[in-house]
Amino acid sequence: MGDLLRYRDDEAHEEPAVTLDAFLGQSNATAVRIESGEDARVLLPYLDRIALVEVSFPKFRDGRGYSTGRILREAGYQGELRAQGDVLVDQIPLMRRCGFDSFAPEAPVDEAVLAASLARYEFHYQAAADPAVPVWKRRHG
Amino acid sequence: MYKYDEYDHSIVAARVEEFRDQVNRRLAGQITEDQFKPLRLMNGLYLQLHAYMLRVAVPYGTLDSRQMHMLAHIARKYDRGYGHFTTRQNLQYNWIKLEDAPDILAELATVEMHAIQTSGNCIRNISSDQFAGAAADELTDPRPWAELLRQWSTFHPEFSYLPRKFKICVIAAEEDRAAMRLHDIGIQIVEKDGQLGAAIYVGGGMGRTPMIAPLIKDFVPFDDFVSYLEACLRVYNRYGRRDNMYKARIKILIHELGADKYAAEVEEEFAAVKALGIDPPRAEFDRIAAHFAPPAYDADAPDTLDRSDPDFAVWLDQNVSAHKQPGYAVVTISLKPIGGIPGDATADQIDLMADLAKAHSFDELRVTHAQNIVLPHVRKADLYALWQQLRDAGLAEANLDLISDIIACPGLDYCSLANARSIPLAQKIATRFSDIGRQRELGELKLKISGCINACGHHHAGHIGILGVDRKGVENYQLLLGGSGAEDVSLGTITGPGFSEDGIVDAIEKATNVYLAQREDGERFLDTYRRLGMAPFKEAIYG
Repeated sequence: MGDLLRYRDDEAHEEPAVTLDAFLGQSNATAVRIESGEDARVLLPYLDRIALVEVSFPKFRDGRGYSTGRILREAGYQGELRAQGDVLVDQIPLMRRCGFDSFAPEAPVDEAVLAASLARYEFHYQAAADPAVPVWKRRHG
Repeated sequence: MYKYDEYDHSIVAARVEEFRDQVNRRLAGQITEDQFKPLRLMNGLYLQLHAYMLRVAVPYGTLDSRQMHMLAHIARKYDRGYGHFTTRQNLQYNWIKLEDAPDILAELATVEMHAIQTSGNCIRNISSDQFAGAAADELTDPRPWAELLRQWSTFHPEFSYLPRKFKICVIAAEEDRAAMRLHDIGIQIVEKDGQLGAAIYVGGGMGRTPMIAPLIKDFVPFDDFVSYLEACLRVYNRYGRRDNMYKARIKILIHELGADKYAAEVEEEFAAVKALGIDPPRAEFDRIAAHFAPPAYDADAPDTLDRSDPDFAVWLDQNVSAHKQPGYAVVTISLKPIGGIPGDATADQIDLMADLAKAHSFDELRVTHAQNIVLPHVRKADLYALWQQLRDAGLAEANLDLISDIIACPGLDYCSLANARSIPLAQKIATRFSDIGRQRELGELKLKISGCINACGHHHAGHIGILGVDRKGVENYQLLLGGSGAEDVSLGTITGPGFSEDGIVDAIEKATNVYLAQREDGERFLDTYRRLGMAPFKEAIYG
């Protein structure tokens, strides 16, 4: 199990994440875990009371969680968005662009490699769920 | 053609460094081959039977002489002096060393080239009409739309781990020279109320379950173009199957869900995505389109030709196509010499084609999905001199769209997936039908060979298609008739039991004899097959 990597200023959320079914069945949970095949949109009515969404990446090849992350951020979710599971160092920059701001990788991540790869691209072609200004906007203001 | 600005350069340079770092970590044992595989694949690096294969992107098949010279240089310096032009309008090298790959990418970057997303489960190199900007029948040049999509899809953070690879094609003419509806997304630029937009077809493909893409949306205006595609991809990324790699392409999702239901899901997603402001402004389209402005044609270029050399006249009739500009023509250089390897070119030939493009085609070349090279803008007055130079280099085979203009995958000679060899069979067929008079008598006849069911050789779309299979440890070839990748798109039908390598060449000859005996005026092989059906062909082949 690797360390928790966080890119947020607030304290890590202590409450364990409950399953989506459990979350929908109890009114006071503030942390929820979404499996890769589950529909994040069912959470949209509750976003203002959720502090942590943990998105499962069961295999690094399973890319559904990237859409999950963007859907939540695009709907205005401000809480912690954590990628948990088979999360590889080369995927974290893409996940950051999809709105993830914490990572619980199963295997340890080399922090020097990660820092280099997060800093590598100065520009991005397309808009996503991060503050990066897409190249077309830089070109045309 | 498109030229990089500071942003494009910066992104490609960062990619070179990223990949160098990934290779170094692999060589140092810090990541496993399993973890490295998707990283190298997203950069076009495959581990094949004998060595690494590197696939270089040629966006929408367009390149200039400087880039073409670089491809020749890399073939000499890092490979065995040749390259292979592919059905994705790319070029691949078959004998690459892993430790050389970062240096190759660095050299490519100096001429605005890369290998980004030429493989892997991501959005692949965008393909297009090889006659774009020159074709007499086009509505507009499709390449600005394709370049817009190249940028949108490059390192797309949400769509880099799709269920399976994803291929997009953009055309803008009624004649489909790019097999548009056999792509995951096929786009035809159309006009509505004086405005250009996109007709979107989704869910086509070849492979083991061939499908023709249905129309999902008849018109998407430019202002919604990127948003709409983002919605198409998001629905696929969320709902495409991941339990079985053979059922993971979007065509299976469309098939299982139904085109109407998929379209409804896309509309719903589009409503959410459109609000995000992710569509580039029209000024960005105009900036890109300015790179594809027509070259400075000579308005006084003579429109007549001296056809007195009979060999030249044959080549003219076969390999030269109409250009929108009077006095100019589109030349297709066949990479299908009789007995050669379809799509292969030596470094010297690549250099020569680059020089000829510089001298005679406003410095532009195109790669076709049929594995030939196009010089798009040649003065008719220059054609004879051009042809002589091509002839001297073994590049003047006058067989465009004839039976020896074969599409063939690399097959068992190179590929780790193949069940049968494709190249030797292509050589045998071309040799059997080598007489150019006989080939011309047979007329347009698109023959396509795949060495396994993954269908890289487009056998489903061949007027005559051949599929190599493994039958109890022996190579066996199935014959298909009636496919087409053009605007009259259709999928071929298997004739019956398969054949040995020699047997299939005989079977093809019998099928062509049926055509010659029964054709009506003006019919191509495909037309006769469609009129008569399979029965007379089957009887001749197996009777």
